[in-house]
Amino acid sequence: MLTPMALIALGLAACSTPTDSAPTGSTPTSSTPTNSSGEPAASEPAETGTVTIYSGRSEELVGPLLEQFTEATGIEVEARYGDTAEMANLILTEGENSPADVFFAQDAGALGAVAEEGLLTALPNELLELVDERFRSPTGEWVGVSGRARVVVYNTDALTEADLPDSIFGFTDSEWSGRIGWAPTNGSFQSFVTALREIEGEDRAREWLEGIEANEPSVYEGNNPALDAVIAGEVDVAFINHYYLMQRLAEDPDVTAANYYLTDGDPGALVNVAGAGILDTSENSEAARQLVEYLLSTDAQDYFATETKEYPLIEGVEPDAELPSLEEIGTPEIDLSDLSDLDGTLELLQEVGIL
Amino acid sequence: METVAPPPAAARSASRTPAPPAWLIGAGVLVALLGLLPTGYLLVLGGSSENALSLMLRDRTLSVLGRTLLLAATVTTASVLIGVPMAWLTTRSDLPGRRWWTILGILPLVVPSYVGGYAVVAAFGPRGALQSLLEPFGVTRLPELYGFPGAALALTLFSFPYVVLSVRGALLRMDPAYEEVSRSLGRGPWHTFFTVTVPQLRPAITAGALLVALYSLADFGAVSLLQFDSFTRAIYVQYRASFDPTLAAVLALMLVACTAGVLLAEARLRGRARYHRSGAGASRPAATVHLGAWRWPALAFCTLVVGLAVAVPIGTIGFWFIRGIGAGEPLTMVLDATLNSVVASGLAALLAVLASIPVAVLAVRHRGMLAATVERATYAGFALPGIVIGLAFVFVAARYLPWIYQTLPLLLVAYLVRFVPEAVGITRASLLQVSPRIEEVARTLGRPPSAVLREVTLPIIRPGLMAGAALVFLTAMKELPTTILLAPTGFDTLAVRIWSATSEGFFARAAAPALLMVIVAALSLGLVLRQERDR
Repeated sequence: MLTPMALIALGLAACSTPTDSAPTGSTPTSSTPTNSSGEPAASEPAETGTVTIYSGRSEELVGPLLEQFTEATGIEVEARYGDTAEMANLILTEGENSPADVFFAQDAGALGAVAEEGLLTALPNELLELVDERFRSPTGEWVGVSGRARVVVYNTDALTEADLPDSIFGFTDSEWSGRIGWAPTNGSFQSFVTALREIEGEDRAREWLEGIEANEPSVYEGNNPALDAVIAGEVDVAFINHYYLMQRLAEDPDVTAANYYLTDGDPGALVNVAGAGILDTSENSEAARQLVEYLLSTDAQDYFATETKEYPLIEGVEPDAELPSLEEIGTPEIDLSDLSDLDGTLELLQEVGIL
Repeated sequence: METVAPPPAAARSASRTPAPPAWLIGAGVLVALLGLLPTGYLLVLGGSSENALSLMLRDRTLSVLGRTLLLAATVTTASVLIGVPMAWLTTRSDLPGRRWWTILGILPLVVPSYVGGYAVVAAFGPRGALQSLLEPFGVTRLPELYGFPGAALALTLFSFPYVVLSVRGALLRMDPAYEEVSRSLGRGPWHTFFTVTVPQLRPAITAGALLVALYSLADFGAVSLLQFDSFTRAIYVQYRASFDPTLAAVLALMLVACTAGVLLAEARLRGRARYHRSGAGASRPAATVHLGAWRWPALAFCTLVVGLAVAVPIGTIGFWFIRGIGAGEPLTMVLDATLNSVVASGLAALLAVLASIPVAVLAVRHRGMLAATVERATYAGFALPGIVIGLAFVFVAARYLPWIYQTLPLLLVAYLVRFVPEAVGITRASLLQVSPRIEEVARTLGRPPSAVLREVTLPIIRPGLMAGAALVFLTAMKELPTTILLAPTGFDTLAVRIWSATSEGFFARAAAPALLMVIVAALSLGLVLRQERDR
């Protein structure tokens, strides 16, 4: 396997003109965020340090937080932003050569996939223990940083909360035919399906998927387009995460949609997390640890509660007042690390003909 | 050129094709090898998959592939039907405001696929702007947008400029003598257009159509927003849902195979005729056609096309902008990102045009197996989704070339691989219109081949090179996955900014970078056109 790729690599080496000839060491992360020319920046003093984070969460959401971290600790952050799946595939492709120190992902499944390849190192217990067991890896390779609840978002012109069923299974009733929107390619949705399989068993999960599919749901590319469709009245309900609507309300307070939270351990009440892990190959593991620690600090947790409207996961920080508390939601009893059986979920979705 | 007798000299030179100089072969082969790198990576990866065959032959895989090919064929046909008249009107006719229509007819290329997708849904969706406009007239339901029709509409609107750019270059350089002869022999203007002009445009039309077809195969953003289940989506599902790159590689290899099929079809369509001018090398502009009363339908056509492809996305961005200001959203400055976008896309454009020259010279002047292989190899990556190209370079560079990994030069090489076909097509079509006699004269006067290329051929085809550069510049500026995966860490571009904001639903914050991108694109097109006029 090495030989053909090495040949290709040679070809690449031969043709690229290295304008950047200064050695950058094994971690080519020496350019500062505003350095557009690819020139090596002046070397940093070792004690301040730099930490490289691959963020599957967008700069809009976490950029300000990372700046606060630098202010608080003096540690510079090199951030690479992308889609969570893209960043996970990037780390998996880089393997042991990854320049990343920290992986910050939008859902537990991606963290699980990277951990499964042995690319994440165990986090110190004092960090793990800040967060409820349900929201971290049982083997300690990643920790949840903020919580995101699955909700049913509904159009308030078409429906009131009383019209909505108590269980996610209620939506398989034919009265919902043509009125549902979903985003089956979305990571959060797939995590929910995995949870459904874990909680209700393979057969019930298939039954639910087939039941919804029979109601001819509209298929959206992601949570935002699905939310748009609910607001516009294209569909009456959609299965998404809770904070998309909160965000939209901030831009336009008059939108005609509301979140409906399922309760009592219903699979539809799943609370997933965005979380972080430290790469096994990190050469700045102390700075990396400090970054993860900061994400679990009161400041950062407050930021998630107020800015991204997610659920803070440490004791003593309260979620946004408009959200029901995690206790009220009563998320199903499930280990989020069990959500790493993505292949099984993909297979099921493909068998039912959804993907 | 079935209907016009080929220049008498053609037959004479067909028998002897001079052997290409070694540096030309070397340069061409290098570009080809780079172009094949992603495919090599896929073969290594996909070859290790045990389920490869069962995945490839699954009913669903095949039906999605069939549908995607049908979509590509539809979009290509529609783009030719829009692009050729648009190019002709803006180069040959006295259409009022020609120069503006030229810019507006190319501008849609810079609209990122996902922004275009959002715009089409916002305008023509079941509850979109058009529907609410028509509501008072009793229209409660528009024809179904989602699925095939919407995907075809969006892709056509944002890729027909490939045809415009390619065809307008050919029209500008075309020897008007053939058309004049046809007219003087009593053929009417329409008859002349279809029997003389269009056949001469064949290489340019097929070059543009080829790019449209491959682009439609590769696009992800617009088609998924319009709920069309495309083959690229199937590839993304593998990456996203199972984090298993081997199955994704198997599917991507099927796209490479489709590319090969499309290339063969193109080779048949473009034919083997010669297209260069019959007489002296000096370019003579064709007479302007007076549209007369046809001006009105022509204007209506341009207005409709530009309205859909430019006004709809800009209107959508403007709506985000205003809604954002209303909600007190701060206007973030994005100067760094703008500069990065311009620098990276500008260098990519330069590199791609340079790389296209040896490939095109080989293909046109030294026909044969080698030239054909080199030319086709450069296209191998164009139908691949950006994430595949990006990960291929990650794989190679992170492992074997850590000193170049996550630097601007590597990003530029990846851009080069991704976009060189755009430049190859136009450079090739331009070169076909240059008579080899001119080069031979320079050779007999004692100039070596490299000097002839530099001092004679390239200056003649400069408009084509500029058009190719413009094409690469616009498309590189909106490129997302390769940028995200390969740019130096922290290297922000406008496309990254727009995506980062829209992906979280911060549409207001996406508005400023999106508008800036359109402005930069329009300015750069204006510059290119000014150069053209100054000649």
